[in-house]
Amino acid sequence: MSLSRRQFLLGAAGAAAAGTAGVVLAKSPWEPGSPSPSPAAGAGAAAQPTSPPGPGPAPAPTGKGGILVVVTLYGGNDGLNTLIPYQAGQYLGGRPDLGYKPDEVIPLDDGLALHQNLKGLKGMWDQGRLAVVRGVGYPNPNRSHFRSMDIWQTASPENGVVTGWLGRWLDRTGDDPLRAVSVGDSLPRLLAGERVAGSSVPVGSLTLPGSAAVASGFAALSRPVASGSGLGNRVAQTGADLLAVNGRISELLATLPPAGSAGTPTGPGLDGTDEDTSAAGALGTQLDLVAKLIKAGSDTKAYSVSLGGFDTHANEKDTHARLMGQLDAAVTAFFRQLGTDGRAGDVVLMTYSEFGRRVAANASGGTDHGTAGPVFVAGPHVKGGFYGDEPSLTDLDQGDLRFTTDFRSIYATMLGQVIGVDPTVSLAKGFPPLPFV
Amino acid sequence: MITTLWLTVIVVAMDTSPADLRSRIAHLYRRAGFGARPDELDAAVAAGYQATVDRLCDLGAADPAADALPPPKVTPYTAAGPADQAARQTARRETVALSLWWLDRMVVAQVPLREKLALMWHSHFATSVQKVKDPGLMLAQNQALRTLGGGNFLALARGVVEGAAMLVYLDANQNRKASPNENLSRELMELFTLGIGNYTEGDVKEGARGLTGLMVNRQSLAVNVNKAQHDDGAKTYLGKTAAFAPDDIVATAATSPASATYVAAKVWGHFARPAGPGDPVVAELAAGFAKDPDIGRLVKAVFLHPEFVTPATRTGLVKQPIEYVAGALRAVGRRAGTDATLVAQLTALGQAPFQPPDVGGWPQNTYWLNTSFSLARLRFASALAGKADVSSLSSAAPADRPAAAARLLSVDGWGPSTAAALAGAAGDPRALLTLALVAPEYVLA
Repeated sequence: MSLSRRQFLLGAAGAAAAGTAGVVLAKSPWEPGSPSPSPAAGAGAAAQPTSPPGPGPAPAPTGKGGILVVVTLYGGNDGLNTLIPYQAGQYLGGRPDLGYKPDEVIPLDDGLALHQNLKGLKGMWDQGRLAVVRGVGYPNPNRSHFRSMDIWQTASPENGVVTGWLGRWLDRTGDDPLRAVSVGDSLPRLLAGERVAGSSVPVGSLTLPGSAAVASGFAALSRPVASGSGLGNRVAQTGADLLAVNGRISELLATLPPAGSAGTPTGPGLDGTDEDTSAAGALGTQLDLVAKLIKAGSDTKAYSVSLGGFDTHANEKDTHARLMGQLDAAVTAFFRQLGTDGRAGDVVLMTYSEFGRRVAANASGGTDHGTAGPVFVAGPHVKGGFYGDEPSLTDLDQGDLRFTTDFRSIYATMLGQVIGVDPTVSLAKGFPPLPFV
Repeated sequence: MITTLWLTVIVVAMDTSPADLRSRIAHLYRRAGFGARPDELDAAVAAGYQATVDRLCDLGAADPAADALPPPKVTPYTAAGPADQAARQTARRETVALSLWWLDRMVVAQVPLREKLALMWHSHFATSVQKVKDPGLMLAQNQALRTLGGGNFLALARGVVEGAAMLVYLDANQNRKASPNENLSRELMELFTLGIGNYTEGDVKEGARGLTGLMVNRQSLAVNVNKAQHDDGAKTYLGKTAAFAPDDIVATAATSPASATYVAAKVWGHFARPAGPGDPVVAELAAGFAKDPDIGRLVKAVFLHPEFVTPATRTGLVKQPIEYVAGALRAVGRRAGTDATLVAQLTALGQAPFQPPDVGGWPQNTYWLNTSFSLARLRFASALAGKADVSSLSSAAPADRPAAAARLLSVDGWGPSTAAALAGAAGDPRALLTLALVAPEYVLA
């Protein structure tokens, strides 16, 4: 006898809720010099030069609802070296070597500038397709990677919430495992609900191994049963999801022209720096697959991709510059690949990290864990410009910035205006949306 | 020191029907080791639960089979810069060799608990070769996890936290008197000894001051306290004020009262099932561990606790990929050898040795249950079944083959979905073995 998904997943979530270390669903590498979680792939659109998307007209929204692409920057991105208050004396004062001088940045407005490697994002800014939300954070900031990333992914500074902010939307809106897709091996907590979860899709081949006997047997044992345990049934359900997702994604990708290959996984790298030869790195490979699925017409409404390595306690400047370059190349290539056809006009991409870093550099040429940081929101129909106030560099909290915009207002906007659901399916009331879409 | 607590527990765990005894001992072998082969299980059942616990937990016993495997040669990492491809290639190749060596130790181990503990501590004191670069430092840490992993917790914490691999990983060489780097100080308390909520941001800053100067000499790889970089002023750390030296900081954190609870929860969560805050079993174990911080005795108390054999515990863990692969190789009588494919498969399964995803180590349970890892498991199982000796299956009548697979893999039996799937594949022993290896009953620990 088969159980409903609800029955078995509640059991699994109950077991997970009882855990301490065991409840953490996913993390990614963040040490500088670490690769992103997925095997790197070199070929495809990610390797193209990184000029901004062409100046043509923005594709029209299709009216089918938006597509959200969430880019997680693991490790705590240094917001002050990303969106740079280059005219403020306190900026270079605290960072005599780590800071950038006025002739080393890409000025925007209001005394703020982009990191010099964010040239593609500057192009989107000039076209009015890049919103920059400043000073994003939450009250009583936590400086632990794990706790702060949990807070961002669950949208709950309170302890004990184990579901992700998109996972709760999944819980309320059906069973299809393709509604939300994480590209890469592990499934981040933001896509984990109590009842259902998004799917994780590897960047490499999706081919199932084995004979017909294995294929039919795998389908047969991937059925939750009444006598099964919570975790056992979750093993079975994951197998069923794999078969469903695998079949549908293979069909979708088969509809695309062969040009722009998915790339060939190059296997595990130990350095991260020399495995990804393309400018966009592993993030580019992940976004390449997202672009293909969107162009092929997948009805996925939320995608999750990630880039790690932002925990720059030491020798930050080169590492961070390289990561900025990868982010810029990957995002720029992604929008170029989407072009003007199909559902490109529905796409809204956001980047975030678990925290920014301390205003003043440490003696290691790096920065320690901080608080608020900027969030980028990009897409053909995003209303570009600044949102939220730039945090003060003089009124600090233990050496860290005070946040000016609660991150849950961004989530409320994404749920309400992009995915098209009442934000209260996932969030508490009291987080007004922002007008960037 | 054996406390009354441990003795009480031993009495309660004694029991009952032969079938249940066999099932409990199989469960014990899965958790304390990498599963029991049929002959091992028969002998253990004859000896009884208590005697089997005693034997599996004898961490003083020699392990000639594992120790006969020489660690691979490692080359000091001396990359001239990011462009030094040759040094990187060497480090990569040696890390693969190191991974296979450890996997093989698990496959042949006669004291498998020693390797299980080393694996748990590898995730607890997570350190990655991706940043450390030098496989020799990773090997030295791995040996420390193995030799210290079943003893006194403070000795383990000192051995690992003050080891070269960890110091490189958490930027200790950049932790200087003039401007402390907080990386090691924060993770020492948050992840290694106390857990979040048991220290303040002030403790992080003061701990970083106390740890200044603890550095690795990049030429000799020796760890020393560099006096010129050590802040020898007074610090207020975890409620005490003194001119703490690096050793004192590690000792203060590792022997703080919250540490016993944190470590007991980790050990219970790793060998039994994840524990929640205020879990009474953890409180009970922590009380014993606070008096006697011996990891081996703590683990033994876990195996003898009545809660260890309840249905909730028996179905409360998913096998980590490394133990899944080691257990499968052991069950079908294969070795890791020099098969680098195994390391690629572990990477796809999400758990390449010496490469934890971050300083928090690998998460547990539902982390391993997603569609990508499900595909990787199916691929590993199919590849292994294609090479394995399946004579124990093919020699049985087709109708008996699912039961033979359960014996081979030390699984109590199959639930209805799996039984139907295996019955359908009974004519093809390799397909049957593939399916048995990905069945929920085997994927759970």
